[in-house]
Amino acid sequence: MSGTFVGMPAFPKAARDAVRDTTLRGNLRHATHTIRDKRAKAVAELDDWQQLREAGKRIKDLTLRHLDRHLLRLEESVTAAGGTVHWAADAAEANRIVGDLVKATGETEVVKVKSMATQEIGLNEALAAEGIHAYETDLAELIVQLGDDRPSHILVPAIHRNRAEIRAIFRDRMAGWGRPAPEGLTDNPADLAEAARLHLREKFLRAKVGISGANFMVAETGTLVVFESEGNGRMCLTLPETLISVVGIEKTVPTWQDLEVFLQTLPRSSTAERMNPYTSMWTGTADGDGPQTFHLVLLDNGRTDALADDVGRQALRCIRCSACLNVCPVYERAGGHAYGSVYPGPIGAILTPQLRGTTSEIDASLPYASSLCGACYEVCPVAIDIPEVLVHLREKVADRGGPGHRLEKAAMKAATWAMDHPGAMAAGERAASRTRALHPRRPPGAGAWTDSRDLPELPAEPFRDWWRKNRT
Amino acid sequence: MNARDRILARVRAAVEGAPEAPPVVRDYLVSHTPDDPAAVLDLLHENLVDYRARVHRTDEAGIGALVAGLLAARGAGSVLVPRGLPPEWLAEAACAHVEDGAESTAADLDAVTSVVTGCALAIAETGTLVLDGGPAQGRRRITLVPDHHICVVRVPGQIVASVPQAMARLDPGRPLTWISGPSATSDIELDRVEGVHGPRTLDVVLLSP
Repeated sequence: MSGTFVGMPAFPKAARDAVRDTTLRGNLRHATHTIRDKRAKAVAELDDWQQLREAGKRIKDLTLRHLDRHLLRLEESVTAAGGTVHWAADAAEANRIVGDLVKATGETEVVKVKSMATQEIGLNEALAAEGIHAYETDLAELIVQLGDDRPSHILVPAIHRNRAEIRAIFRDRMAGWGRPAPEGLTDNPADLAEAARLHLREKFLRAKVGISGANFMVAETGTLVVFESEGNGRMCLTLPETLISVVGIEKTVPTWQDLEVFLQTLPRSSTAERMNPYTSMWTGTADGDGPQTFHLVLLDNGRTDALADDVGRQALRCIRCSACLNVCPVYERAGGHAYGSVYPGPIGAILTPQLRGTTSEIDASLPYASSLCGACYEVCPVAIDIPEVLVHLREKVADRGGPGHRLEKAAMKAATWAMDHPGAMAAGERAASRTRALHPRRPPGAGAWTDSRDLPELPAEPFRDWWRKNRT
Repeated sequence: MNARDRILARVRAAVEGAPEAPPVVRDYLVSHTPDDPAAVLDLLHENLVDYRARVHRTDEAGIGALVAGLLAARGAGSVLVPRGLPPEWLAEAACAHVEDGAESTAADLDAVTSVVTGCALAIAETGTLVLDGGPAQGRRRITLVPDHHICVVRVPGQIVASVPQAMARLDPGRPLTWISGPSATSDIELDRVEGVHGPRTLDVVLLSP
């Protein structure tokens, strides 16, 4: 992953700052609670939700197990349908490929559909360095771009902004990017949407190059699929002469029929709708309809590292619905920016450290950005056991050592020995009970913990002794 | 080694020795709706309305007047006509008819008020229209740039109950657009607002023989 968020403090520090921001907390609480309840209703409409969830999980697992085969099939299908396939091992390669393709058209501006993959590789910044302006056209991405801000949610990157803040950004910034905001703009969401419509329309109508990601790629047919709501996706996918799609290799599904599962689970999990307003499906190029030149850039950028991890590879099932963000108590309080990545929330906490490793302080802290409550696993439409992966990644971080983790490891090792030796454990418990009057209230070295918590009282006798006396 | 070979080699190395994944079991429902054409039609109607499409029912004898009325109510100065549109659908429409052609630019389309099309099929359970560029539908852009879309669905032939039933009937080789209500956004405080870049008004005509 690229350095979009370089210099971010580790999660605990960033989260501490965020929870003190009462506007941010209010915005997040309002938005996540709204969507949470609606999602539960949308899911409850389908009696076979659990079967769809299991089918989605298995489709993804089976695809990942034979990903080489499916990628080759996809390449063949897209090529046969008139597209050109490129392969990019990392962000730098992908950015270079896209930059060269845009330059070959002679254009200096592109319109973009919201895409996590292009956020991940920092494509806009890379294009800017080549003198190419990339205009974000999703409403939330537009808010982020105009506000010189960072995305904080997978689905709604400007979730941290309320309507009054959005109005101020539009009023102050739109003129610098094109058509100014209408006079007397209110903070009514419908008026804000209208302002975005007017601002972006001139860009859509003159655009010669569109850039997108994709939610799914069908290997057997070469079909790409984009789910969206506003119509900005359709604009970017059909009006330009050239379309460039940058897609992670894990977005592949083998068959056309596989889409019937995700077309049911993704909209309901994501925007809590039976179906999102617009879904576009295209296979290569179509004569006289839409872009006549189509490039697909297949992106690895750390995905094969995640694929190599027996436990962690399930994160690659993710269909980016963001349901796990909306139910997460940690995300609700800390906000998306604290995760220091374009992938925030529970899925980000397991995806980011796998995609870019755990060498930086922020990435090593991400597996700890959770209370392991399991709500994320419950709502995941492809049954990613996020708590399981978090614990697994914590082990990996701890194994590597470092301050704190060495002590934890030593303590766990001692505990393991004691559990394996019941006699020693019982003797230790009795000794602890007899000496309880002598115990310090604040054990040395645990200050951060006991600053805000009391140690539990030790009982007068160990539980096992009590049990033997009273119950046997 | 080029990037393609490197990525494929890394994929193979990553899953080498991994256990085989369990097979996909498709024990989910093919449809959630009783197999009764009248009930399926009502469900489509209800779900279209729920996502703010305006729904009208008519038959072959009434469609000309209905479409003319919708265009007049909109104050449409012009209407886009895709190739293959049954002439009787627009027989009574007084506004200027604009044939869509390869030479018309996006800016030309932006100057047109309304567009009338057919569809490939409609899905009752989700309130979705699917267009596949077939006869009476035209290029994808003509149902995108004008602000008012009138879409005619033939009853019962073009209605399916569920997404799996729709997938079985669609041709992936064609460019497909799935439309569920007018364009909308949830980007402001995760609350749905209708009307962004696509047509802000969607009229659906359920046409019985």
